[in-house]
Amino acid sequence: MIDILSKRYWYFAISLVVIVSGLILLAVGGLPLSIDFTGGSLLEIKFEGETPLANAEIVQLYENAGIDDAQVQTVEGGTLSIRSSFLDNETRDAILNAMKTESGGEVSVIRFDSVGPSIGAAVSSRAALAVGVAALAVVIYITFAFRKVPNAFRYGVCAIIAMIHDVALVFSVAGFGAMFFDWQIDSLFLTALLTVIGFSVQDKVVVFDRIRENSSVLRRLDYETLVNHSIVQTLQRSINTQLMTVEFLLLALALFGGITLQEFAVILLVGLFSGTYSSIFIAAPILVLWEKQEWKNWFRRSGATA
Amino acid sequence: MANCKSVLSMPFQQEYNHRRVAPKRHIFMDGDTQRMIRNLYTRLVLIVIVAALAIWVDLTDQIQIYNPFNDAILVERNVAPRLGLDLQGGLQVLLEADLPAGTSIDAEAMQTARDIVENRTNALGVSENVIQLAGERRIVGEFPGAEDADASLDIIHQTGLVACVDTGDHSPEEGTVLQTDFAAGSADGTPPATTPPPGTEAPATETPAAETPTAEPTEPQTVYHTIMTGEHLRSVNVGLDPSGQPAIDFALSAEGATIFEQHTAANSGKYLAITLDKRVISAPVIKERIPGGQGQISGSFTAETANTVAVQLRYGSLPIPLKVVETRIIGPTLGEDSLQKSLMAGLIGMIIVILFMGIYYRLPGIVAVVAILFYGAIAFAIFKYFHFTLTLPGIAGFLLSTGAALDANILIFERLKEELRGGRNIVQAVDQGWTRAWSSIRDSNLAAIITSGILYWFGSTFGATIVKGFSLTLALGVLISLFTAIYVTRTLLTIVLRNFKPQNLQLWFGI
Repeated sequence: MIDILSKRYWYFAISLVVIVSGLILLAVGGLPLSIDFTGGSLLEIKFEGETPLANAEIVQLYENAGIDDAQVQTVEGGTLSIRSSFLDNETRDAILNAMKTESGGEVSVIRFDSVGPSIGAAVSSRAALAVGVAALAVVIYITFAFRKVPNAFRYGVCAIIAMIHDVALVFSVAGFGAMFFDWQIDSLFLTALLTVIGFSVQDKVVVFDRIRENSSVLRRLDYETLVNHSIVQTLQRSINTQLMTVEFLLLALALFGGITLQEFAVILLVGLFSGTYSSIFIAAPILVLWEKQEWKNWFRRSGATA
Repeated sequence: MANCKSVLSMPFQQEYNHRRVAPKRHIFMDGDTQRMIRNLYTRLVLIVIVAALAIWVDLTDQIQIYNPFNDAILVERNVAPRLGLDLQGGLQVLLEADLPAGTSIDAEAMQTARDIVENRTNALGVSENVIQLAGERRIVGEFPGAEDADASLDIIHQTGLVACVDTGDHSPEEGTVLQTDFAAGSADGTPPATTPPPGTEAPATETPAAETPTAEPTEPQTVYHTIMTGEHLRSVNVGLDPSGQPAIDFALSAEGATIFEQHTAANSGKYLAITLDKRVISAPVIKERIPGGQGQISGSFTAETANTVAVQLRYGSLPIPLKVVETRIIGPTLGEDSLQKSLMAGLIGMIIVILFMGIYYRLPGIVAVVAILFYGAIAFAIFKYFHFTLTLPGIAGFLLSTGAALDANILIFERLKEELRGGRNIVQAVDQGWTRAWSSIRDSNLAAIITSGILYWFGSTFGATIVKGFSLTLALGVLISLFTAIYVTRTLLTIVLRNFKPQNLQLWFGI
């Protein structure tokens, strides 16, 4: 049988390196919150007329309308995406009309989002609350589901630690994405994050369930062997469910699903992978570490696990 | 536990092989196992019926079921798929009460405001507008496929115009659109003389006098005289008429009182229509001269309808000032592009998954694929029947729940393989696979449902319908997937194994 648990400090170190580097990128670049959270507007247009406006001209048009923070980006196929502070409908019409006049043709609006500042703030606080409530609900549920196992509470806590690991990993991926692909954290990101939380727990439960079952059958084994045994038994399922099915579906979505879903699919892809990874390499090892109270030896080791 | 396992499976095996059960053994049997055997073919019939129904709903846009005895229609329902704004393009606006934060907002007034906004936007002729309350102080409006976003926004912004119109001897029905000579400076955004869209409900079709509201009559030929507008209305209340029936009391401003007195004096016995945005709310007969600017509209009102009319008169403009805090417009091309691509992606993903399941799990894998297709058919039928709006994240949620459906099957099959390797016969192994995988399937899926619930709550307070759509399809998908894994895969696999007894485990089970 494969010995997974003995190298547990290596797994902790690997996770830590990935997460910390991503979070550093995020800290350097700043949290790229979209207008869903900050308020503001996003206008995606395409000029159908003969003389499309240059980016500077568009910024000028915005300034004429009293909006002086417009940023123009070319997306793909001649589509322009313009970000600015909140536009009301009158201002938007004025700007679009000016564009039509100056470019000598129609301007098709592909997408327009405008979110008032108050609503953005409200969404942010409610989002934080949603994540918090979800985490709490999960601890309570797991503690309840494992109430017949000694130290049921530990399972809940380990699931939460692993979940924090998954959330941190998702954020560090967002950090990479923001740095290199101009990703933004929007309400879809939040949806993906909450899904990752839900499925992360699902994975932990499957491994914990095996530990629960084995601990009543194989009483004589020591805890570490028992947990290792359980991991190996569920390994095939973890790989098949996660890598072969969920990841296939998401990969298809990321590759062929169109621009709107790409970021969403990649976040889910990484997050759900992390969910499986962390149940095997984070949650279960921490259970063992806790059982053995290994922190008593830590001052003799390197600090890689703190 | 280990002992218990063998005891459990022994009677099952006997029954399977010899079709006779020693009554004493019953106590050792898993109740579900026993039921399973008796009802196996009943289950199959049920599954086939459900699948047939689901496929029927999936393939049509309109379902009708006739009573075979008298040809009366028993069930009739439009089951055309509803696409979200992100898939067909359209406009979404979030309106917020324009009151200082922290002001407590009357829920009833919000509801009235929603009703008024809905009535106004219905005049646009865009079908399937959805106007919903989102939390305590917000209203979300969705206009799928709205070509002209500005028209929709103008309509929402307009202040309704209450007017008293002289219709002479003609008694207009409630809901009729009247042409009047009041035009200059009209706050009314509706283009004049347009026929209201079919299927739209006029604001007050429920007022008592309108026994049979005809389908939106219009009278473009006559132009009536507007006596005065709602600016002269000082107060509107629900009161009682002399016979004790609910009625509407109104009071007018001094100027209004003069106009009203003159008009009523000259037109006794004629009709006086009260309109909101040119639609007739009520058209009482003038009984006598009404001096002093105090009057009463009586009719066969119930307390409820009287209140509705009073609210409409009082708040021709909205009871709560609303401002647009969020606008989202999605062009139709972006929507269509997303739909095509995500459907293609879903198809590719599913094909890979089907191949994988077949190759890796062999016989059970193929049975599971049949169950998954069944699952897809049911889920889609439910979405269509209950008019779920399909959004892009909704499709993603659906794909993810397909993953959950597969996960349940995979958990079972891994268990099944373990039991087979452990030397059990196929029937025992199938039985054990289900029994022992159940606790992890149950616990893990419950966790997913809990999270979906929290997402749904988050989505509803902000009119974030994409989040709502995602969580709903995810939760529903997980529930249906539980059903298919436990009920359908198991039934089908047991039937297949009964009729076809595979000898080569490596070939048929991949171990």
